[in-house]
Amino acid sequence: MDQHATTRTDADLKIADKTFTSRLILGTGGAANHAQLAEAITASGTELVTVALRRVDPGASGSILDVIERCGVELLPNTAGCFTAEQAVRTAKLAREAFGTNWIKLEVIGDEDTLLPDPVELLDAAETLVADGFTVLPYTSDDPVLARRLEDAGCAAVMPLAAPIGTGLGVRNPHNMALICENANVPVICDAGIGTASDAALAMELGCSAVLLATAVTRAADPALMAAAMRDAVNAGRAARLAGRIPKRHLANASSSFEGMADL
Amino acid sequence: MKIEVNGEAREGIATIADAVAAVTDARRGIAVALNGEVVPRSEWDRPLTDGDAVEVLTATQGG
Repeated sequence: MDQHATTRTDADLKIADKTFTSRLILGTGGAANHAQLAEAITASGTELVTVALRRVDPGASGSILDVIERCGVELLPNTAGCFTAEQAVRTAKLAREAFGTNWIKLEVIGDEDTLLPDPVELLDAAETLVADGFTVLPYTSDDPVLARRLEDAGCAAVMPLAAPIGTGLGVRNPHNMALICENANVPVICDAGIGTASDAALAMELGCSAVLLATAVTRAADPALMAAAMRDAVNAGRAARLAGRIPKRHLANASSSFEGMADL
Repeated sequence: MKIEVNGEAREGIATIADAVAAVTDARRGIAVALNGEVVPRSEWDRPLTDGDAVEVLTATQGG
């Protein structure tokens, strides 16, 4: 892809005090091994990857922190697995202690089967963490009102889901996603539910500032190839958004003029 | 004195630093919770008392 096409007219992505050239954020969950993950990170062109916080595994060989350091990307810890605001706040504080970052991808899950966010606990945790000086990036449902409430609470971005985590169903409610993007004054990052490159492109065309995805890449048959496809899709979707698409029409509209037609 | 480290009962653990050393040699990217509350690294020499639960956490793959 011609990188000029996107960089000529586009500014970098700004979240809180940081600037990113890449608009793709990669979750590291689901990779078969660290070598495969490193290849995918490199191929994706991402500058920011998520990690979870778990009990140390005495039998683990190598740390994901080494992979992240070798790839030269930044780390965004998450609160995955938390079901209450209290749990999520504690996890965020532990992540800050472990990694020396006040950035947190805030996840508070409300249902074990769908892994959909619990909006009440999420907002509660967001308010607490913002007050404690965290840069909060909340994983949220695709609800424009909740997105606004999270922004009002001081979140540095809002991260509405395309579809439930790991489903690969793509953007289930493009209208809501577009509404969230239109109303937001902070970056909107489409998070979760992306299945393939066209899903990521659509999210960007709808106005998202970035896309966060994990299993679409890590569990693809060829993770590095899918990572490259996602990189291109995010760039293409962003360029198409900036370029201004034509309106949809019910009937055909000839692009070749009828004027000067030969009388045959 | 019984101390729980990452859900496992252990003997001979006197401080948080002992609890960390019991499960990992790593020091980078490690955080400790004592009975659910974060303990900053500067306080890892804090003595433990019977029945304390210590969680020693680090980064793992996650979305």
